Amino acid sequence: MPPRTLLDKIWDNHVVCTPPGELPLLYIDRHLVHEVTSPQAFEGLRLAGRKVRRPEATFATPDHNVPTTDRRLPIADPVSKQQIDTLRANCHQFGVRLFDLGDADQGIVHVIGPELGITQPGMTIVCGDSHTATHGALGALAFGIGTSEVEHVLATQTLRQAKPKSLEVRVDGRLPAGVTAKDIVLFLIGRLSTEGGSGHVIEYTGECIRSLGMEERMTICNMSIEAGARAGMIAPDAITFDYLRGRDFAPRDFERAVAAWERLSSDPGAAYDRVEVFQAADVVPQVTWGTNPAQVVGIDATVPAPDSFSDPNDRSSAARALDYMGLVGGTPITSIPLDRVFIGSCTNSRIEDLRAAARVVQGYRVAPTVSAMVVPGSGRVKRQAEEEGLDQVFRTAGFDWREAGCSMCLGMNPDILTPGQRCASTSNRNFEGRQGKGGRTHLVSPAMAAAAAVSGHFVDIRSWNYKESR
Amino acid sequence: MQPFTTHTGIVAPLDRANVDTDQIIPKQFLKRIERTGFGQFLFFDWRFLPDGTLDPAFELNAPTAAGGSILLARRNFGCGSSREHAPWALADYGFRAVIAPTFADIFFNNCLQNGMLPIRLSEEDVAELFRRTTAANAAGESYQLHVDLRECTVRDDAGFARSFTVDPFRRQCLLEGLDDIGLSLRHVDQIAAWEAGHGLPPVAGSR
Repeated sequence: MPPRTLLDKIWDNHVVCTPPGELPLLYIDRHLVHEVTSPQAFEGLRLAGRKVRRPEATFATPDHNVPTTDRRLPIADPVSKQQIDTLRANCHQFGVRLFDLGDADQGIVHVIGPELGITQPGMTIVCGDSHTATHGALGALAFGIGTSEVEHVLATQTLRQAKPKSLEVRVDGRLPAGVTAKDIVLFLIGRLSTEGGSGHVIEYTGECIRSLGMEERMTICNMSIEAGARAGMIAPDAITFDYLRGRDFAPRDFERAVAAWERLSSDPGAAYDRVEVFQAADVVPQVTWGTNPAQVVGIDATVPAPDSFSDPNDRSSAARALDYMGLVGGTPITSIPLDRVFIGSCTNSRIEDLRAAARVVQGYRVAPTVSAMVVPGSGRVKRQAEEEGLDQVFRTAGFDWREAGCSMCLGMNPDILTPGQRCASTSNRNFEGRQGKGGRTHLVSPAMAAAAAVSGHFVDIRSWNYKESR
Repeated sequence: MQPFTTHTGIVAPLDRANVDTDQIIPKQFLKRIERTGFGQFLFFDWRFLPDGTLDPAFELNAPTAAGGSILLARRNFGCGSSREHAPWALADYGFRAVIAPTFADIFFNNCLQNGMLPIRLSEEDVAELFRRTTAANAAGESYQLHVDLRECTVRDDAGFARSFTVDPFRRQCLLEGLDDIGLSLRHVDQIAAWEAGHGLPPVAGSR
């Protein structure tokens, strides 16, 4: 057999059949479900009299709509409540395991999947959510699908898919001090563009990627979609296996599973359809200035002027973006003042993210002009943070400490920006109106967001004065 | 699914690149649990002024775009969120086809599931269509295109004619309006065989 990539191996192992004249049917090992993209799919099953083929491979949780304030209070928005109630009723009717609002393990679907060990190397994983790529950090092929495809997977446990192309994104060298996984992925998106990965599955390789911990890898894979890629993945290794060992849904015969997982890595000499190589040393802390994640620069840079772009599409996009963002070319990034800070989302709401932010905040107070909040990614992350006293660090500094959910990443719940408000956010999208109509989003790492909350404007985290009293 | 064979319609130009699904249908309208009724919210933050009236400056509100059923846009249309509410909103508003140089993958798939034809033409051809649309609109007229999925062609009444490609299986599903799930369930025995081969217990009465 010729040398194969990680993608080839997972793909080959999951093709059920390729009927003549049709697209391949790909078997799906795990199906994650949330309240926003599933109601029409369950309704479709009901109308056709169909069942969920593998309820035991299907896991659901409400995350997009949920309030992050006191969970004992009723949900104020009746339409949000209806969607969450509908998920509950659907899971009950079709026998799907639900981590409901009151469940200790409820959380953002892309946080709880890995955390509970539902996500495993070599699996195919889908969810009606574009950030499903997160799970690729554990060496799975994981991608977002639409609601019609959700219904297809529920009914057949398969998906009609043409095989995507493979793109190796190699990051050589060691990560410079003060630079995080979020900075790497924002930097890569800036270089690849918002559609550079279109039609491809990215496999991240290289010394820099291999040196990252599991949660940092999730941050990288999570944002693959912002480069237009179908999915992102990282070959599983000892870091992956150590992360999974002992988790609730991890395989019982763990060592046997590890033996199989060890064979998943791309073979030496395996050919990718495309290869892009970057140097970790070129990455500095990143801040987006525009209305798509590729509109990004280093903290030491200035907001670019539209004229600085040679491509006419890029030029007009930049002009529109600056107008929306209320910025002018030439403004130093460090002089941009902020109204809000949001630390959370499936990109950056895990315990390592909260630790990094808390370390910055320790001994400081949030600037009087800034309103800041921390939204843990799951009930487990929240409890862990509270055991470590991180909640006290944040509260003492003046942050709001909330319950788990997607929250202000997309503002489907009451956590939104008001028109014109400017926010440093650890989330994944700075689209117009994403965090609230008229809201202005700058994407950054948790440490950069924390430093901005304290300073009232962006600062270079590499020169932060840490007060280590813990 | 509504079949797509041929369609003649007015072109609505949206001269922007990277139009994301958050713009096509903002999040506050994703809470409905039906597939219908999303057209009223299409491009909500762009179409409407803060007082709720139509923004006359927005391209789709121009009289020459009224009744438009073919959306023309720049590259990477439909990027971002996987929400199928985006093609639902476009279809409910009256669109049957979208023409752009490139599309985001998930949006492209979602269109095909809803009888909506995403057509990829070269950047130059799309630029030419923008020129022709703008010229007609400047003269106070709408610009029309004829789309034929049987022949895979797009043409106007003034000599523009291009062919496009679409996956043969997806094309057949669109032409016949086939239900994807029904087609896949024809292969349920192979699905069961795959499961057995991978050590999964059998599913009772899965048909």
